[in-house]
Parts: sequence; structure tokens; C-alpha cells
Amino acid sequence: MSLKKQLINEQGIRTDGRGIDDLRPIKITLGYLAHANGSVLYEQGKNKILAAVFGPSEVHPKHAELPDRAILRVRYRMAPFSTEERKSPAPTRREIELSMVIRNALESVVLTELFPRTAIDIFIEVLQADAGTRVAGVTAAALALADAGIPMKGITAGCAVGKVDGKIVCDLNDIEDKEGEADMPIVYIPTLGKISLLQMDGLMTQEEFKQALSKAINSAMKVYQLQVNALKTKYIKVER
Amino acid sequence: MSVTREKPVVSKILQKNMLELLSNGIRIDKRKLDEYRKISYQVGIIEKADGSALLSLGETMVLVGVKVELGQPFEDTPDQGVLVVNAELLPLASQTFEPGPPDERAIALARYVDRSIRESNTVDLKSLTIVQGKICYVVYVDVYVLDYGGNLVDASVLAAVKALENTKIKKYELDENGKIMKTEKVESLKLNDFPVSITFGIINNKYFVDPSLEEEQACDTFLTFTYTKSGNICAVMKNEQGLIAPAQVIEMMELGWKKAKEISSLMLGGQKGND
Repeated sequence: MSLKKQLINEQGIRTDGRGIDDLRPIKITLGYLAHANGSVLYEQGKNKILAAVFGPSEVHPKHAELPDRAILRVRYRMAPFSTEERKSPAPTRREIELSMVIRNALESVVLTELFPRTAIDIFIEVLQADAGTRVAGVTAAALALADAGIPMKGITAGCAVGKVDGKIVCDLNDIEDKEGEADMPIVYIPTLGKISLLQMDGLMTQEEFKQALSKAINSAMKVYQLQVNALKTKYIKVER
Repeated sequence: MSVTREKPVVSKILQKNMLELLSNGIRIDKRKLDEYRKISYQVGIIEKADGSALLSLGETMVLVGVKVELGQPFEDTPDQGVLVVNAELLPLASQTFEPGPPDERAIALARYVDRSIRESNTVDLKSLTIVQGKICYVVYVDVYVLDYGGNLVDASVLAAVKALENTKIKKYELDENGKIMKTEKVESLKLNDFPVSITFGIINNKYFVDPSLEEEQACDTFLTFTYTKSGNICAVMKNEQGLIAPAQVIEMMELGWKKAKEISSLMLGGQKGND
């Protein structure tokens, strides 16, 4: 494609001024909502994601409950005004898939066996989308769960990496996601050293995949530091 | 909303047995850790479809039908045809599949088959334009799961590609007045690649290819890679809840490519696979 825009210049600077390994600025506002048991407004560049947690609470309908653990109910949704063109408010196949993928990523860390016969509801509302919303959603959900005081084996920290102009770059923005060659969202649990979400689409060589995986884990570690700082700051304040 | 499903009950004895065998490098059905079940297929069995393939992978059976119709290209890709992938987990395939519109499992399956085909550029979408920005061919790929015996993903990707290979397009052309007319010409759908997906089941940090239904029920999680003919990776998906160590992801990626080469040489040519 001859008309393709150049997304990384000769100095290795991206369209928004970042280097290839830099994340977008992240801002975490814990307890953003008054009524949810736990909530957070998670901003990563232009992404604005609101996550809230309710529960553990009684399950309705009753037959949906499990005798040995809590069920998780996860909804990932994008607001109609969150994208360049209006998105229909009806749930898309993408949102249904991502709700499941996010639930799977969280089930492996939430200690659901501590709350049998209950439900924990996790709502992720993307108010503004600018690439990497599923991993930002999992990152935000972990913060909201911690804010709600729900015990977890570890905190899930997510970051997407991808291939843009032939280079492996961290935390793609919207243009890089659309014009780039590949996108690989990852959720990592630093305290366990394990991956709980991994997807990729696009084209990568096997060498590039290896490089992308290690860059994704490094990026997730950075996100994790910010999560920990935000949680500590809030609870130090509460203590006083 | 995605809700936790009840895990199938796997007896403790079976699970223990499975794990013991796995640590000795064998599986409950005597396969090796990197051994696929028998693959066989037939193409063109649905005459009214433009392309079709019925594929068995062990006890799993998937039928894919392809229909090519006229439609409009997407606004952001006026010079390309359209590919639509749908999957149905038929209630007759398993007691755990319910009638009704595709649930999250079916949607995730369809979207993975879609990504495997699309990202590898398997269907030459550029060749499906008739009038730029106005009329193009739309290729509908419908995945019908007939029998669920584990590893639906690999069976579905293979069956979809085989059905696409079998697809003939009834050509439309513009007449002198610029009206679209059906012609007598029939052409094979142009394909650029042959993607193969390889799925790993993982139990207690032990991984193996092509999980059977019994193994799937005991698995913590699954990881699937789709490889192009040249060994690039065009799609990856981790499924279900468990966790994976990064080093194992790389091991699986490398083993997966070895298996993908074997399977694609098995699938190329021949009408019956290794039957």
C-alpha cells in the first residue's frame, strides 16, 4: 500500500509523540461512583473506562447459583458515543465475545470459592474508546474488585502490544490499531507470573510473537505499579 | 452479560488418572501429547451450497457451507468484497448446547474462524469487487457443529478453509447499460493461503494438542494458534479460565508450528484426508 500513513518516524517517535515502548498516560480514580461496592474511572490516553462491582449478593434466578462458589457476571459495553462513528446501543458480537473473554481472565484470580451461592457483578462501560479497551477493561475491573474488597489471588494488569510499521510497539492507540499489522492484547498477573488473557490478530512472525510477548509483560508490569500505587494511596487516606 | 457456567463434573479418579498419565507423556486415549486424532473430510456434499466441507476430527464433526451472494462493500474498504462467518453449536451436537441464537461460545468460535481466515488474507477479498464502492460478492461461511467431541476450533478452521477451497462463484457482470447481470460463467474462489489452527489443552501446567471431549472437561485452559503457510502467526486465542506461564506460551507456539506443517501437508490435495 503506497498511500499508507507513516506511523513511526525515523527517530522512532509515534504519531502521539511516544517512543515505541512508552505507554499512554494512565489516570486511576478509585471510588468514582457513590453506590457501587467498588468502582474506578480508568483513563489511558483517550480511553475512558468506568468499571463497577456489586456483590457478592444473592443470585436471581436461584437456579443460576453454584453450590461451591460465587458466579461472576461480566458485562463489557461500549457507549454509542464512544467511537468515531456512532455505535448502535444493541450488543454486538464483539461485545458478547469480550464479555466472556474478560470474565475468563477474572475468574482465574477472584477467590470465588469464598462466597458460594452468590453472584459478583462486574460492569465495564467504555465511555470513550481509543484501542486496547478490553485489556484496559480487565485492568479497571481488577481495581474495582479490589476497591469492593473482594479477595483475589493477584491483580490482573493488562496491556496491548502490536506490530506497527514492522516494529513491535506497546500500548497501541486508535490509528495504530486500525492501520497497524497486528494487535495482541494480554492480561498478566505479576504476583503469579502467569497470563490470564491472550489474544492476537494480524500477522506476526514467530520471532515477533516472542518479542511481543515479552514487551507485553513489561508493559503490564508498569500498569501493575500504577494499580498498586492507586490502591495504596486510597487506603492510606482512609486509614487517616 | 457473560455468566459463569457450571463446570462439567469430572470424577476425581479420572482426573488423577489423566494427570498421572500426562506426567508420563501419555493420554487417556493412548495418544501421545503431540498427537492429533484422525482427520477425514469430504467436500461438495451440499450441492445447493456454493462450497461445502464435512470434516471429522476424532469424534468431532463439523459441516461448513459457503454461500456467495451480491452485496455492498463496507465504506472503509470500497475495493474489497465482504467475508461473513457465523457458527452454530447445534443442539443435536451435545446435550450442553441449547437451541436459540448463537451464545457467547458460538460467537467466540465464529470470530476466531473469521480472524484466522481474514488475517491470513486467505480469501482474496480484492478479487470480489464488481463495482467499486457499490457492488461486491459477499462470502458467507456458516459453521455447523454436528457432533461435539472436543476441539471445535481446529475442526472448524480446517472445515471452513476446505469449504472455501471448494467454493465456486457464479459470475455477475455489468451489461452495456451498466446493469448487473448473472452470467453462465462459474469461477473458483481465489484463495491466497491455507491457515491451520492448533489448539492446546492445559491441565496443571501440562499441555497437549487436540483435546478430546473428556480431556476438555478436565482442562484448566486452552491456547490456540493459527499459522499461515509460511509459518507466520495470524491469530491467537486463550480460552476458558486457567492461567499460563509465558515460557509455556512460547513452547506451545513452536510445537504448534511443527503440527501445523504436518496437518497442512495432510490436508493439501486428496479428497479424503488420511482416511
